[in-house]
Amino acid sequence: MRPILLSGHERSLNQIRFNRDGDLLFSVAKDKIVCAWWSANGERLGTYAGHQGAIWTVDVSPNTVLLATGSADNTVRLWNIKTGECVKVYDFPTAVKRVAFSPDGSQLLAVTEKRMGFLGTIVVIDIAYGDGQLGNLEQQADEPSLRITCNESKATVAGWSYLGKYIIAAHEDGSVSQYDPKVRQHRVYVTGERFLTPDQTGEQLENVQAHEFDHQINDIQFSADRTHFITASKDKSAKLMSARNLAILKTYPADTPLNSASITPKKDYVILGGGQAAMDVTTTSARQGKFEARFYHKIFEDEIGRVRGHFGPLNTIDVHPAGTAYASGGEDGYVRIHHFDKPYFDFMYEVEREQLRK
Amino acid sequence: MAPSFDTLTEQDLHEEEEEEIDFSDLKEQYEVKVEEGLDTFVVIDGLPVVPEDSRQKLVKFLLRKLNTVGQTSEDAVYMPLNDKGMSEGYAFVEYETPEQAVAAVKQLHGVPLDKKHILSVNKLMDIERYGREGRVEEEYVAPEVEPFKEKEHLRSWLGDPNARDQFALYRGDKVGVFWNNKSNPPENVVDRAHWTQLFVQWSPKGTFLASVHPQGVQLWGGPSFSKQKQFPHPFVQLIEFSPLEGYLTTWSARPIQVEEGQPILTYEEDGKNIIVWDIESGKPLRSFVSHDLAAGPADDGEVQPKKKVQWPAFKWSADEKYVARMLQGQSISIYEVPNMNLLGKTSVKIEGVNDFEWSPATVTREGVKQYEQLLCFWTPEIGSNPARVAMMSVPSKEIVRTRNLFNVSDVKLHWQSQGAYVCVKVDRHSKSKKSMATNLEIFRVREKGVPVEVVDSLKDTVINFAWEPNGSRFVLITNGENPTGAAVPPKTSVSFFASEKKGITAGNFKLVRTIEKKTSNGIYWSPKGRFVVVATVHSQSNFDLDFWDMDFEGEKTDADKDLAANLQLMKTNEHYGVTDIEWDPTGRYVVSSASVWTHSMENGWNLHTFSGQTLSDNPTEKFKQFAWRPRPPTFLSKEEQKQVRKNLREYSKEFDEEDKYAVDIANTAVVETRKRVLNEWLAWTRREKELLAEEKEAFGLPEEADSPKLAKDAPVGGDSEGDTVVEEIVEEIIEETEEIIG
Repeated sequence: MRPILLSGHERSLNQIRFNRDGDLLFSVAKDKIVCAWWSANGERLGTYAGHQGAIWTVDVSPNTVLLATGSADNTVRLWNIKTGECVKVYDFPTAVKRVAFSPDGSQLLAVTEKRMGFLGTIVVIDIAYGDGQLGNLEQQADEPSLRITCNESKATVAGWSYLGKYIIAAHEDGSVSQYDPKVRQHRVYVTGERFLTPDQTGEQLENVQAHEFDHQINDIQFSADRTHFITASKDKSAKLMSARNLAILKTYPADTPLNSASITPKKDYVILGGGQAAMDVTTTSARQGKFEARFYHKIFEDEIGRVRGHFGPLNTIDVHPAGTAYASGGEDGYVRIHHFDKPYFDFMYEVEREQLRK
Repeated sequence: MAPSFDTLTEQDLHEEEEEEIDFSDLKEQYEVKVEEGLDTFVVIDGLPVVPEDSRQKLVKFLLRKLNTVGQTSEDAVYMPLNDKGMSEGYAFVEYETPEQAVAAVKQLHGVPLDKKHILSVNKLMDIERYGREGRVEEEYVAPEVEPFKEKEHLRSWLGDPNARDQFALYRGDKVGVFWNNKSNPPENVVDRAHWTQLFVQWSPKGTFLASVHPQGVQLWGGPSFSKQKQFPHPFVQLIEFSPLEGYLTTWSARPIQVEEGQPILTYEEDGKNIIVWDIESGKPLRSFVSHDLAAGPADDGEVQPKKKVQWPAFKWSADEKYVARMLQGQSISIYEVPNMNLLGKTSVKIEGVNDFEWSPATVTREGVKQYEQLLCFWTPEIGSNPARVAMMSVPSKEIVRTRNLFNVSDVKLHWQSQGAYVCVKVDRHSKSKKSMATNLEIFRVREKGVPVEVVDSLKDTVINFAWEPNGSRFVLITNGENPTGAAVPPKTSVSFFASEKKGITAGNFKLVRTIEKKTSNGIYWSPKGRFVVVATVHSQSNFDLDFWDMDFEGEKTDADKDLAANLQLMKTNEHYGVTDIEWDPTGRYVVSSASVWTHSMENGWNLHTFSGQTLSDNPTEKFKQFAWRPRPPTFLSKEEQKQVRKNLREYSKEFDEEDKYAVDIANTAVVETRKRVLNEWLAWTRREKELLAEEKEAFGLPEEADSPKLAKDAPVGGDSEGDTVVEEIVEEIIEETEEIIG
């Protein structure tokens, strides 16, 4: 499994995303530039310039028309992927730590930072796709359709469940919550008369202390059918949870704080990445860092392999939607794309093989 | 159960509860005010009744006795007279300090004054307290005998059917005791948070586990690790068991302050640092003020370096009959146990004495019939007198062997575990004091006249030395030349020595092999001998563990054919950041560990077999201490042990089968769990799928709602601008040939 090394960033990577077809890979780093790459050979397709600060997050619309990025310059930008134009800028009072398109691409959520007296929020923006011919993409709603404020502990990452039914957010205190994103009509009775009012609060349906208290959750990523998701936490573990009721299905213990976790389609694995945080690495040798991508079996929770290569903590991992490759972005400023070899697909537990024969 | 020391005894608990109730009003009403400062008074009864004029004479006579235990004067003795001008047969005496009054009660009570009169001496306070009418029940009530309670079997762990060993693991705030299960995860026996404040320590035969708290030492034992004994030495810092578990020595830097109401400690212990306890009774035998070791000479202009604690302060003879302590440079005090009186009522004066060691076993010297314990000590060069190493026989205090040495900078005494040899490691300097070298002077204790063999072939200083337990071989590490100021860690050499084959008795010690250019600094012999681990510990850059076999069962090189050894390196392991290495008591396993007490990188412990095969890695957050539970010596006689050794093959067949069976069972269990887990997962996904389909229907969405092709307003497929060609280079090996050139 020879990796393709992408050295297009000058600073540490923050997030990488494959598009839905898996032919493109987008990466954002602290150096204010968004890069687009061909995932097959690692050739750089282009960049999207315009942000004024470190870019924390990126997501691709399911149809690969729009690209959303969130940055420390307190903006979310929408880009025309094909032309590289910035089609829309949303301003926020604080930095944006995570953006995510809903499964059908009609909405975008953005997680904003808690800072300077502003509480952390999760906002939902309706997204339009112009005339269907890549024209009129500038025509977007100016205001978010929903705003969820995190009063207790700020949300660090968030994403959409199956059908866009819930917003799942993970928090700084190690808890995971489920919100209802639907703008629903509530019946309100005032002196016997019935009114219909739109309820815009984004009610919190559930909150589960999934990880150790006060250990931040750094990433959540969903399975292909979005019925379950994986969290990666500073408490050195990753958990597989049900999107429906936030039940903890599996736990993957690691020996280092985790920054990212991903579920592989096609094979039942998960990939975890992390490593000692840059500020905690003091006088230690490279062996201390544990800068490896770890593969666990999703169902049996056993560690089955590691991939080395980065010389800094792994900040972000994404898996090709077809399950044929994965990419990792590190504190060292590199993105590594690994296309899986045959043994990866052949590996199977005896019980799985039996199951298959039945 | 959170076994913090505060809640250790029921009694303590009740006291605390009582404290909480406010009964100050009652207290005020009923409290008997005892006048302050009466602690120095004693009442003496049983005196002769004398007329007024001879009273003075009696007082003077009495004073002679009274002044033997403390300071008092004629003015401080009050002997009241009755109406008839006769004394009443008692007197009040004031001493200078309360301690003297206590001493008077202890030492003069029941002592005859003359032929007819026997003194009874009591504290005035006690007379107040108990002497008044009604204070003490008139009728005698026999103390209640507590019903017999069966205690836990203190050696139950030895009855494990698989003869597994236990170990204590201290990490974070928790201490746990576990069974070693080879490569499988250890089986937990108990695991308690805040079990100890400083560290844990097993007693030498494994009966007790000691935990150390600011309030004192607590011993635990039995299958459930229940409370066994308690030794309330406040702020205790160091503890030491005697070799047969009869006694315990505790030390605190802070002198003990005895408060009223302390049931166990008395004025005797006040101001002392060291207590020697009797474990059986839980009572102190005797307490001492610690002698500090003389600190090294202060460098010019610098503050006097801190004094070092001498520990173990008390060293025990092998049979626990004697315990000795050295006053550096002056004397060795040998106490008889258990009465703790000085042997022969005096310390042994040895000018300049620097260190001493008891023989770890009771040795019988050739031609010596009577019972004796041996101890070895050394004195440095004083003036023109040479340095001296001597061996003393106890209780006779006779010096049985001495040896004079010159140009000595330091001496270390190493007894072999059976007491058959003492190796005296002598660091000598050349006349110019520029270069150093080490000589080994080996005393053959068992042989007639205690002959001394000198090993002077070493050119460098020896930094570590260790005898093979129950053997006549040893390993030492020498320090090579070091480029000064270089950042590289010092290079060391490891040398193995064995005796020449010569009939029954061991012949001369000869070098077997020297391994150069190592960094090793630790030698860890298997408790059963033969195998030894030589390792680099507490190092920043080297972490190697070499597993050596001294009796390799293969070809022997010609050079070694006369030696009782066949050296073979079995394996070299690495354990990053290793700080401690400990063999299990049976010599089957070795644990290397990296403790957070030394550094905070990759703490944890690794389990290896005696041959260096690593069985498990256990990275543990905040790992502090690993301690194997020692075992008492075997009850099998020599013949029985021989029998076992002879039939080893038979036994091992049995064990192999058991092992295989256990592995089979474990494998089946693993497969079963996997099957179950897989089925559970498949069921879960199936159910989710159904629910998802239902919800899609409810939302009125087609089955493929999530498919990217149906994503909202997808751009027209097949872009008219033409397809982009992506170039992908795929390397494929078509053929591989191998050619040998030349």
